[in-house]
Amino acid sequence: MKILVTVKRVIDYNVQIRVKSDGSGVETENVKMSMNPPDENAVEEALRIKETGKADEVIVISVGGEKSQETIRTALAMGADRGILIKADSNLEPLAVAKVLQKIIEKENPKMVLLGKQAIDDDCNQTGQMLSALLGWEQGAFVSKIEVDGNSVSITREIDEGLEMLKLSLPVIVTCDLRLNEPRYASLPNIMKAKKKPIDLLNVEDLGVDTSPRIKQIKVEEPPKREKGIMVKDVAELVQKLKHEAKVI
Amino acid sequence: MSILVIGEHNNKELKSSTLNSITAASVINDDIHVVVIGNNCEEMANRVATTDKVKKVLLLEDSKYENPIAEKISPVITSLAKDYSHIVSPATTFGKNIMPRVAASLDLSQVSDVIKIENEDTFVRPVYAGNALATVQSTDDKKIITIRPTSFDPAATEGGQATVEKISFDGDESKVEFIGREESKSERPELGTARIVVSGGRGVQSAENFKMIYEVADKLNAAVGASRAAVDAGYVGNDYQVGQTGKVVVPDLYIAIGISGAIQHLAGMKESKVIVAINKDEEAPIFNVADYGLQADLFEALPQLSSELDKIDK
Repeated sequence: MKILVTVKRVIDYNVQIRVKSDGSGVETENVKMSMNPPDENAVEEALRIKETGKADEVIVISVGGEKSQETIRTALAMGADRGILIKADSNLEPLAVAKVLQKIIEKENPKMVLLGKQAIDDDCNQTGQMLSALLGWEQGAFVSKIEVDGNSVSITREIDEGLEMLKLSLPVIVTCDLRLNEPRYASLPNIMKAKKKPIDLLNVEDLGVDTSPRIKQIKVEEPPKREKGIMVKDVAELVQKLKHEAKVI
Repeated sequence: MSILVIGEHNNKELKSSTLNSITAASVINDDIHVVVIGNNCEEMANRVATTDKVKKVLLLEDSKYENPIAEKISPVITSLAKDYSHIVSPATTFGKNIMPRVAASLDLSQVSDVIKIENEDTFVRPVYAGNALATVQSTDDKKIITIRPTSFDPAATEGGQATVEKISFDGDESKVEFIGREESKSERPELGTARIVVSGGRGVQSAENFKMIYEVADKLNAAVGASRAAVDAGYVGNDYQVGQTGKVVVPDLYIAIGISGAIQHLAGMKESKVIVAINKDEEAPIFNVADYGLQADLFEALPQLSSELDKIDK
């Protein structure tokens, strides 16, 4: 079985983002970029499934700018076999990304597609579910446990009320929660090896998919700042303040 | 045209997230329909019909809808879409699971996690874990949106006189098999809607020590939350997690104990009305958002807090 894993290049999760003063977006020049965190879990899980002998190839795909090759390279260094970059100049909406992925999936025929549950830049949380609907495959969203047994895939989903367990049948789409696993670090020899692994480059325009934007960004602004509060000297003062000043207890 | 709100429920009770969605929808238009898809839930649907602003309740009952399986529910919603200008669902794990499927099936883009509705096509939503707010305009002829429940007041459960219309659906059968749910039960208020939340972080150091958090929470009739670090360390279950990847809470009072204040945690609580932080490290970023900060060892501060709370109650 082939597993396809999607990765997105985003501003590193430790970076405090800066909103551009003209309201056009968020500063991305000279900012540390990394693989979207739950995508790392997706890569890790694909590798673990392959290591149990239940998959024979892990393909990593990214849709984005030229530099997304670095993100694919990171996944190859973790152990994925080969990469595909769909070059796109602008940020595509999740619906467009899902359509692009559908095209590639029809060609590559993976039995399982693993995605991060959400990208930490636009926080949309849509692509996996959209892809599942477009393909008519079964979906496991926000998954923290995957067990593959022949044709069936048992998953545990993280839901607001706790956990939900479902049994799916291949082919499946799974969107990965951060709790799914602990992603490995690439070793130096594997980083060297990854440099020789192939990455196919395709242009989004050549796929014959409608990726035209449906949502116009009017402006991006900073959220209202919280006034910095005060430090109290002890618990007694704290309780007094909450009781008589803030009046919340 | 009317607006369709997707009812989130457990067949017995409508989830409050649906009431928040009704309020959000009413910003656009007062002609609101709610669709209830479930099993043996007519009694609940009749109660939904009394909700303020609701004009019609669409009810679809079948044993296959006992649990909200995305593959089974989304085709029903897709089939209803033609009569509506907007389809609105809460951005809970229920809505997040289902709505992108509806959008993709209709070849529409979705606007996720809306916190403010400017007008019928323009919405404000947080990006980068709430560190920026984007105002976006949908150019699709039909809008698929999920709303953040804590950003809209719940609609009143009285005042409406909607009709309940039973509908049927003959669609594709999904073979997804429901195995079970592990729902956490608690006597305390629900984390997402509690007036007071007391949260512990890595500084609490163990599941055993979390008892001190519970004790303080119970004296305040508060819900208990936790940082991702505390959840990952196994001190509490994951349904306690407050943050970008957990729950977003907006209580009147949020007390963060032994929580440093990582960006991802702040994303889940920084809209709280009053924030208290108790932390040993005076440099902890949590103090930057706290209205009241106390630099202290939590193992000394918590017992004191517990006894001070006893005093004010008397």
